[in-house]
Amino acid sequence: QGFFFSSVFESCAGAAVVMSARTYANFTNEATFEIKKSDIFKLDEGPATQVVMTRDEGLQYYRTMQTMRRMELKADQLYKQKIIRGFCHLYDGQEACAVGIEASINLSDHLITAYRAHGYTYTRGGTVKEIMAELTGRRSGIAKGKGGSMHMYCKNFYGGNGIVGAQVPLGAGVALACKYQGNNELCVCLYGDGAANQGQIFETYNMAALWKLPLIFICENNRYGMGTSVERAAASTDYFKRGEFIPGLRVDGMDVLCVREATKFAADHCRSGKGPILMELQTYRYHGHSMSDPGVSYRTREEIQEVRSKSDPISLLKDRMLSNNMASVEELKEIDVEVRKEIEDASQFATTDPEPPLEELCNHIFHNNPPLEVRGTNPWSKLKSVS
Amino acid sequence: MLFEFLIYRRTGVFDYTTFRTLGCAVTVRDALNQAMDEELERDERVFLMGEEVAQYDGAYKVSRGLWKKYGDKRIIDTPISEMGFAGIAVGSAMAGLRPICEFMTFNFSMQAIDQVINSAAKTYYMSAGLQSVPIVFRGPNGASAGVAAQHSQCFAAWYAHCPGLKVVSPWNSEDARGLLKAAIRDDNPVVFLENELMYGVPFEMSEESNSKDFVIPIGKAKIERQGTHVTLVSHSRYVGHCLDAAAVLAKEGIECEVINLRTIRPMDVDTIEGSVMKTNHLVTVEGGWPQFGVGAEICAKIMEGPAFNYLDAPVTRVTGVDIPMPYAKILEDNSVPQIKDIIFSVKKTLNV
Repeated sequence: QGFFFSSVFESCAGAAVVMSARTYANFTNEATFEIKKSDIFKLDEGPATQVVMTRDEGLQYYRTMQTMRRMELKADQLYKQKIIRGFCHLYDGQEACAVGIEASINLSDHLITAYRAHGYTYTRGGTVKEIMAELTGRRSGIAKGKGGSMHMYCKNFYGGNGIVGAQVPLGAGVALACKYQGNNELCVCLYGDGAANQGQIFETYNMAALWKLPLIFICENNRYGMGTSVERAAASTDYFKRGEFIPGLRVDGMDVLCVREATKFAADHCRSGKGPILMELQTYRYHGHSMSDPGVSYRTREEIQEVRSKSDPISLLKDRMLSNNMASVEELKEIDVEVRKEIEDASQFATTDPEPPLEELCNHIFHNNPPLEVRGTNPWSKLKSVS
Repeated sequence: MLFEFLIYRRTGVFDYTTFRTLGCAVTVRDALNQAMDEELERDERVFLMGEEVAQYDGAYKVSRGLWKKYGDKRIIDTPISEMGFAGIAVGSAMAGLRPICEFMTFNFSMQAIDQVINSAAKTYYMSAGLQSVPIVFRGPNGASAGVAAQHSQCFAAWYAHCPGLKVVSPWNSEDARGLLKAAIRDDNPVVFLENELMYGVPFEMSEESNSKDFVIPIGKAKIERQGTHVTLVSHSRYVGHCLDAAAVLAKEGIECEVINLRTIRPMDVDTIEGSVMKTNHLVTVEGGWPQFGVGAEICAKIMEGPAFNYLDAPVTRVTGVDIPMPYAKILEDNSVPQIKDIIFSVKKTLNV
């Protein structure tokens, strides 16, 4: 009721309008949603299809996804201005995956992914400022400018990994450490539809299942491994079944609530000591594989447009909240404005922060090591490296 | 007499001529085994994983008895999945454990080399110090006996090429013990190159090596034999060959200084330079192939430093023959440096 009243008031009162005091008491505090059923494999039952979302949760998901979206779009801009260089793999379109996953795990759990990692760096605790400064290669970057787009790290987030598939055994190793230390933590280990054909992933399926590691394998299937569609890369595109002896779920990755419920289901499975589980998230990336890829030689603009208009994760959430009276258009617009400002500020910072000092070129070769000498480009160039 | 017998059994041979107690002769295998045992006991984050390390007692019996003592949690048999289990080992190191990842031989490490280089070696740098990787990759390296080309390659040069790795190559039991303990206690990725032919060889151990905290610093070479005419630099099994060659040459009045590198990366150039500045002649000896090898690197380093001006002759490299390892004994024997090759090369270098 409050939403309707205030919008009518605004449109009548013109320039003299005072934003009507938002009567939060008029918003629905929580609502139940019917979500798409996940396909299951080697499981008797799947995640819940009737789920509750509170207003606060919705606003938080919205803000986080919008922040990620705008951050990636800003990175696109900066890349085109040549302020970001090298590889830049953008995540816009896939926001519901990162946000939905984080909603069902704790920051004390662990997560590792491949190179399309900016979104996860954010959900795992990195700030927009330090992410953008890392992209622009400045000293205040999350990895002090040493890593770049593909090598961002923070607590319980193991990157950011450039070699396709290599992160999967690493994730299993983190899970092994969790089990070894008996801390009831788990590891979420992400890979794409392209990586899903890597041999080392099958080696990892075997060992994770054999040793019952607390590991959630997640295949983010965005339909294309670089420029190769799933039909052209895989004899079986049922990625959630590829773990063979590992139970699997195929989940709508564009719906943050589907991802959240599936992750909750998977986390319960792991924490109860049943061993690993595999989730395939069906998602989509609007950008090409990376900034060097326009993304239209192997797929049609119509397809991209269709996903944008029918399945955009942020729009889906927004429609849900508005039609259930959980937020107002103005309120969400205000969040948009705040997000835009945060990204703008971060971008300003990232373009003005100085580059790393040359004296630190050779640092961080070894940990807990006395300083050592590193050969420069010629025999007279003796550089210093400290831990 | 009984009392003396007891002293001998517990603490080794008591040398009445010098009134020092020498340690018992210990094989390289047992030295490695004891080092791992002590480090497993000292730090519960340390664990061993690899093929056949547990119930088989180790393919070469290096981990004998450890599974019985420590159980499944700390001594883990893996399936034949080098890339997978090496990655798992690296991931566990990232998350706070201190794994020892065994490759049955380093030839199989090629399957996993991406995890060693890209996941282990480079991560501390890429993360600007946020993420360290305290891991040891160990196993036999280089030629064995009759195992042919795919099982005989030396990987010292391959791994030593990469910043972010420490590469260690022990020769005798004391090296094995002290360097393995140092490697396990190091917070960085260490490639620990053993030698299958050395596993069964016994060596006297010094008294100080008895201590559970005996570590040999990584990055420091050892002068095994003092000399004045020529410097011999080697690592692993060929240190022994150099000492044997030196004994023969001594009879002809040629005194060799023999340096045991112990560590390939970071290499102790200072010790080599100091020796060359004394002897004016340098011969490197290794089992690996000549091109882009350990000897090649020593040549380059010597040329770039002060010792170059002290050389009376170019550096000579004695290496394995530049071919895949053949099987037939006569062919295999002639594919690796023999003592006569070292003697020949020393004399050529000295122009005698």
